Amino acid sequence: MAGFLLRRLVNYVVLALVATFLAFTLASATFDPIGVLQQRNPPPPAASIEAKKRDLHLDQPIPQRFVTWMGGVVKGDFGRTVADRPITDELGRRIGVSLRLFLLGITIGILFGVLLGVVSAIRQYKFSDYFATLFSFILLSMPVLVLGPLLKLGAQGLNDAIGTNVLIFVGETTPGFQGNWFEQLGDRLQHLILPTLAIALGQIAFYSRYQRSSMLDVLGSDFLRTAQAKGLTRRKALFKHGLRTALIPMATLFAFGFGLLVVGGTFTEKIFTWYGMGDWLVVGIGSQDANITATVTLFVAVCVLFSGWLADVLYAALDPRIRVN
Amino acid sequence: MTVILNEGDAAGTTGAASGSPVDAAPEPDKAMTRGRLVLIRFMRNKLALVGLVVIVGMYLMAFVGPLLSKWTYDTQDYSAFLEPPYSEHIFGTDKIGTDMFVLTMRGLQKSLIIGLLVALISTTIAAIVGAAAGYFLGAADKALMWVVDLLLVLPSFLIIAILSPWFRGKSWFLLVVMLAAFQWMITARIVRGMTLTLKEREFVKAAKFMGQPARKIIAKHIVPNMASLLIIDATINVGSAVLAETGLSFFGFGVQSPDVSLGTLIGLNAESATTFPWLFLFPAGFLVVFVLAVNWVGDGLRDALDPTSTRVRRKEKKDTKEKAA
Repeated sequence: MAGFLLRRLVNYVVLALVATFLAFTLASATFDPIGVLQQRNPPPPAASIEAKKRDLHLDQPIPQRFVTWMGGVVKGDFGRTVADRPITDELGRRIGVSLRLFLLGITIGILFGVLLGVVSAIRQYKFSDYFATLFSFILLSMPVLVLGPLLKLGAQGLNDAIGTNVLIFVGETTPGFQGNWFEQLGDRLQHLILPTLAIALGQIAFYSRYQRSSMLDVLGSDFLRTAQAKGLTRRKALFKHGLRTALIPMATLFAFGFGLLVVGGTFTEKIFTWYGMGDWLVVGIGSQDANITATVTLFVAVCVLFSGWLADVLYAALDPRIRVN
Repeated sequence: MTVILNEGDAAGTTGAASGSPVDAAPEPDKAMTRGRLVLIRFMRNKLALVGLVVIVGMYLMAFVGPLLSKWTYDTQDYSAFLEPPYSEHIFGTDKIGTDMFVLTMRGLQKSLIIGLLVALISTTIAAIVGAAAGYFLGAADKALMWVVDLLLVLPSFLIIAILSPWFRGKSWFLLVVMLAAFQWMITARIVRGMTLTLKEREFVKAAKFMGQPARKIIAKHIVPNMASLLIIDATINVGSAVLAETGLSFFGFGVQSPDVSLGTLIGLNAESATTFPWLFLFPAGFLVVFVLAVNWVGDGLRDALDPTSTRVRRKEKKDTKEKAA
């Protein structure tokens, strides 16, 4: 099993490198950071444009630029932005903001998605099943860029009804908020609820559909009948034998779901004005900055691949056939 | 009636591609062709029917609606700025006095055209590449599988966003090409899996031994036998293309002004969702209802055209998983 996981890990590292290289190359080939400088009025002297070009390594071929950049990344230096500020300074804070959102979103999404799927499958064609189906159909047709503003609208209604701002939908903390640790946490929670919902609802819908159909497959299987025949209660049979088997195909979906989550996170951050990695990508493309873009891509690739690798671990843990091979 | 349908189901699943009338039909004057069977099965699904009506209605409304209105997208009503919906402007007006109904319809036009074109192009590419990869195997096949893996790590959203400065100010058709260029891979993988089984069938072998060249076998025997899958896929792809387009346009990476799409409208007005909700709710509502309708029609088509499709898909997934392990 260790060999299997190690081989997958190597495969993933190669994929992440290729993805980052592609993003860096595409970005370097399309972006024109000098163009902004040249359009200034009065036009800057040719010498300073040349100097800027040298600073940004634009005089070098793109593969060489990538090697230079990657060499820095290995040492923990992600290069400088077009405005000549070190990327590493901002990186940690932005990763923290995004990861908080992703981890909460995916945890809530998987937990409730699996739960909803299992309940729908066990109570197939009952009212709760129809309700869950309708709920996930609507949510799957509703991108985050619609869901986010709708949640804001709902929160505003709720705040008006209660009379105080319970749910806050701008930023991740109140600027200049004073208070002890406990109050700080409360303030962050108030900011956190809506963006997390915006991400998690879609994930719940996504996972519950697949969990429902994989659970339905298992419900009709012989081994579940046998488990009950040998004396297990239905509940025990369902959760010890049924759910475990029904979770196996879900493990492979995990990586897929995470990709969706990362893209959805970009919208969430924009809509709720969080300054995370998704927001940085938009800023990076806006300022035609290849280094920022490549850094965000590397982050996305590492996230997706880590979740893919985690899926492999889960897969191996759930499915004995993998461990034996 | 149910008897006939069951007979038809059985004929369909055993792969009677001849489209011959079912012999056991009790009413010999009403021949049950495959087309009729599919139609009846589709009509039975009420949600799919509703979806179809909604989709056709939306295409009509998008193109005919603006002609019936007395406003156009480039005239402003100077007596109505930021007015909520009322008799004169049924969707309200924006801050320069443009009628929101006409503007939303204009956005809907562009989004629907982009959705349709992307779906057609990407499904065509998927059919050709997937069938060729499955038929010839070898290096092209390896490359295809690898590209699909890579896309999982490097979401197409990211790639198109990075390339967006390059097609800024150019025709929106470039966006269609870009979206199509990144949407075919997953379908191609499913097509490849089906080709692997199809090419072992007798009629394909017969054609091969009679000396038919490979490209004719693919065009005349393999692709037509996957028509059901391709039709379903093209339908679903319309929805995902519209979602991808709106996502990109939301950030200004997709459709560029002076063109308007649902995505640019939502992006422009998402901030106003809590203050002037009608600016946001109408474009967002059209988007969600359209995607929902497409998903319902897709599901209905799947049930009608291909009762065994879920099994095929699951098998394909299992195949790829075994390969991954």
